[in-house]
Amino acid sequence: MNRLLIAVFALFLIAMPATAQIKIQEVISPGGIKAWLVEEHTIPFIALKVGFRGGTSLDSAEKQGATNLMVGLLEEGTGDMDAAAFLKATEELAANFSYSARRDSVMISARVLTSNASEALDLLKLAITKPAFNQVAFDRVQGQVISGLESEKSDPDAIAGKRMNQISYGEHAYSRPREGSVKTVNMLTPADMLAAHRAGLSLDHMVVGVVGDVTAAQLGPMLDRLLGDLPKTGADLPENVDFAATGKTTVIDFDTPQSVALWSHKGLDRHHPDFLAAYVMNHILGGGGFGSRLTDEVREKRGLTYGVYSYLAALDHSNFVGGSVASGNDKIAEAIAVIRTEWARAAKGDFTAQELDDAKKYLTGSYPLRFGSNAQIAGALVSLQLDFLPIDYVNTRNGKVDALTLDHINRVAQELLRPDQLQFVVVGKPVGLQASQ
Amino acid sequence: MFFRALTTAFLTMIATSLSAETGKVSSFDLDNGLQLVVIEDHRAPIATNMVWYRVGAADEAAGKSGIAHFLEHLMFKGTKTLKPGDFSDIVSQNGGVDNAFTSYDYTGYFQRVAVDRLPLMMQLEADRMRNLVLTEAEVLPERNVILEERNSRVENDPGSLFSELRRAAMYMNHPYRTPVIGWKHEIEKLSLQDALDFYKTYYAPNNAILVIAGDVEPEKVLVLAQTHFGALKPSDNIPPRVRPQEPPHLAPVRLEFSDPRVRQPSFVRNYLSVNRKTGDQKEAAALVLLAELLGGSGISSVMGRELQLERKIATYATAWYSSLSLDPDTFGVFAMPTPGVSLRELEDAVDEVLAGFLRDGLDEDHLRRLKTQVAAERIYAQDNLDTVARRYGEALTSGLTIADVQAWPDVLQAVTAEEIMTAAKSVLNIDHSVTGWKMPQKPEVSQ
Repeated sequence: MNRLLIAVFALFLIAMPATAQIKIQEVISPGGIKAWLVEEHTIPFIALKVGFRGGTSLDSAEKQGATNLMVGLLEEGTGDMDAAAFLKATEELAANFSYSARRDSVMISARVLTSNASEALDLLKLAITKPAFNQVAFDRVQGQVISGLESEKSDPDAIAGKRMNQISYGEHAYSRPREGSVKTVNMLTPADMLAAHRAGLSLDHMVVGVVGDVTAAQLGPMLDRLLGDLPKTGADLPENVDFAATGKTTVIDFDTPQSVALWSHKGLDRHHPDFLAAYVMNHILGGGGFGSRLTDEVREKRGLTYGVYSYLAALDHSNFVGGSVASGNDKIAEAIAVIRTEWARAAKGDFTAQELDDAKKYLTGSYPLRFGSNAQIAGALVSLQLDFLPIDYVNTRNGKVDALTLDHINRVAQELLRPDQLQFVVVGKPVGLQASQ
Repeated sequence: MFFRALTTAFLTMIATSLSAETGKVSSFDLDNGLQLVVIEDHRAPIATNMVWYRVGAADEAAGKSGIAHFLEHLMFKGTKTLKPGDFSDIVSQNGGVDNAFTSYDYTGYFQRVAVDRLPLMMQLEADRMRNLVLTEAEVLPERNVILEERNSRVENDPGSLFSELRRAAMYMNHPYRTPVIGWKHEIEKLSLQDALDFYKTYYAPNNAILVIAGDVEPEKVLVLAQTHFGALKPSDNIPPRVRPQEPPHLAPVRLEFSDPRVRQPSFVRNYLSVNRKTGDQKEAAALVLLAELLGGSGISSVMGRELQLERKIATYATAWYSSLSLDPDTFGVFAMPTPGVSLRELEDAVDEVLAGFLRDGLDEDHLRRLKTQVAAERIYAQDNLDTVARRYGEALTSGLTIADVQAWPDVLQAVTAEEIMTAAKSVLNIDHSVTGWKMPQKPEVSQ
């Protein structure tokens, strides 16, 4: 019995490869629409995602929130179908459509059964290309957005995020809330929705990712039918902007037991040759949760927080290194002091070979886990294209991580991390924390 | 007409797709009482290892609220052979992601890894099932972490504070009245010994379910489970899961909660309900569909249509029902008023809508659309077998069997309009309810 156990066990270990190669095909439709496709015929459905560059950053200051509201209205009626009729038709087909407005993109996701895919996509086509924006639906969804904005006024995380953007980005669209303010959203009209739709959803800014029970030959005509009626060109994308905060500590007085703190300083462009090294460095510093330096020092050793993270924000038109922590009002000053100490230590470039080795093992080992379901893979296909990464990136990325050297990581840490330029925004009633003058 | 034809076509197709390997479930019992469930997904060389314990916050002793969740955190602190922090380090050095969760009826731990690392993950979980070592040096900072977690989740969010109050009012006697994370003053006093006592009693193979989902073959997983978990000793003092039950509820309860951090007033009501029971899931299935009909699908639901579209007095309205729990949970309705509408007006309107539904009955066409979606969900669910794995874990720790889980889609499909209306009349009983108003400030009282 024992010998049998061992034999089977060994077989199990050897037979399974550690990582999968994902076969991504580039499909060009007869009408010229490009998409990345992973065929997966084991489950009879299709996951489809369409991304449009631009997003809420296309909004002007006066019309801030127009893109977000427009996207919220896509499913609220089209042609002679009102919102309820559209929803019923979707339910009849057991299709799922979702729409989101992000800072740099608009994302449309669909999940449709193979058996009725063409009917379901015809319905989605109406939402994408011919939304009605009628007054009744407009008033209702506008009310929902305003209600959400009102609620955010007492959410410490939202308060902190909005202030950080204001401080960091001057007059650029990044300085303004994605969804607009109560004031700007109140002034929007259905005509603004048509303008935002015309500006934000166009073929020149579009990328498509598809995973599921469809062949390349079937997909081309399907895409032409779904998306071919969109305008060829949309609005100009926003200008690039530098992160401009100057290393102060801003405290917003808010009566709540736990303070929320954000910090940031200038970062690195997604296409900078050091970006991947910076990404791995940040993983060790504060990106990796358990095992990262910040989690070890702030949470594990001192119990000052439930969560502390740092991250590289690579926006399409700017970048920064950011972080967040939340601690009781009497503990936030200590948490921030520890974070400052760790930032300064890392900025000297003192990462060890062991830390780099551990990070590589995690980052390369966990990368395939991002491609576990059709929906996840479709999302990744769109993200990769929005980031202008090559089609073989999925299968070459781990090799690039493995090739990074400790000298490279430490040089990037020295160049990127600027402890004297950390801008903090703290919301709460922090004890013993001085705001900058 | 157009739609009916389509629906028939894809129901036929579903029947054929069920024979595919993806989603196949196997189950085994080890001699020491460990239950093993294997869910196959051969699309990518990935596996999820989950250990579920049949213990949660509702099994805690009085005065020790939060101990189940506290122990969940402490399970990452070290064993007879591993130092504190080694567990997560080993998982991450093997490219795995891991986490854990605590609820009223269960505590669960999982790692998601490349499938060739699965044996190591099983070894780690088996090790900490019986060999946990705790010292004050780890326990005390972690208690502060939990207090900060409570700060983030509850104290900083007036909506969560209000939920705790409503729960405590909903259950007069059942431990579901106590928050999973624990009351702050009780968390502050939890000790190392409390955690160890709880651990030694409840963490054992005869109180656990191992759920493995991914690119694996069931017989090989069984061999691995025997290798790593087979020698673990069962616990001999697991108490039966008989919790104090509710006495009859005889009067409606109302709570008016105000906090200056509340920006949007809202109305919410929970009704004491029934849960899915093994071999007897029909009434729960009727309630699942009732929640969908009333408020589960936005403006195509009764509440959304009447309160948002027609009367325009709510910006949002919904209904929900928790069917999966060891003891009965609740059925809920919620609405947010449009500006200028009082909570009194909104509550009256909700009551009119509910009374109208009970009087006039349901829309058969809506029910048919819901069942179309229930059928499609069998296909969509195969795309995320971690969700399926979670469903099995939740069901098996809530008193259900694998057969109950597998029968559930058919039970839902078989529910009739009449059964839904009967369940609605039974559950929507104001004497079994807690109604809550959440407001920025207390309404002025005239003298």
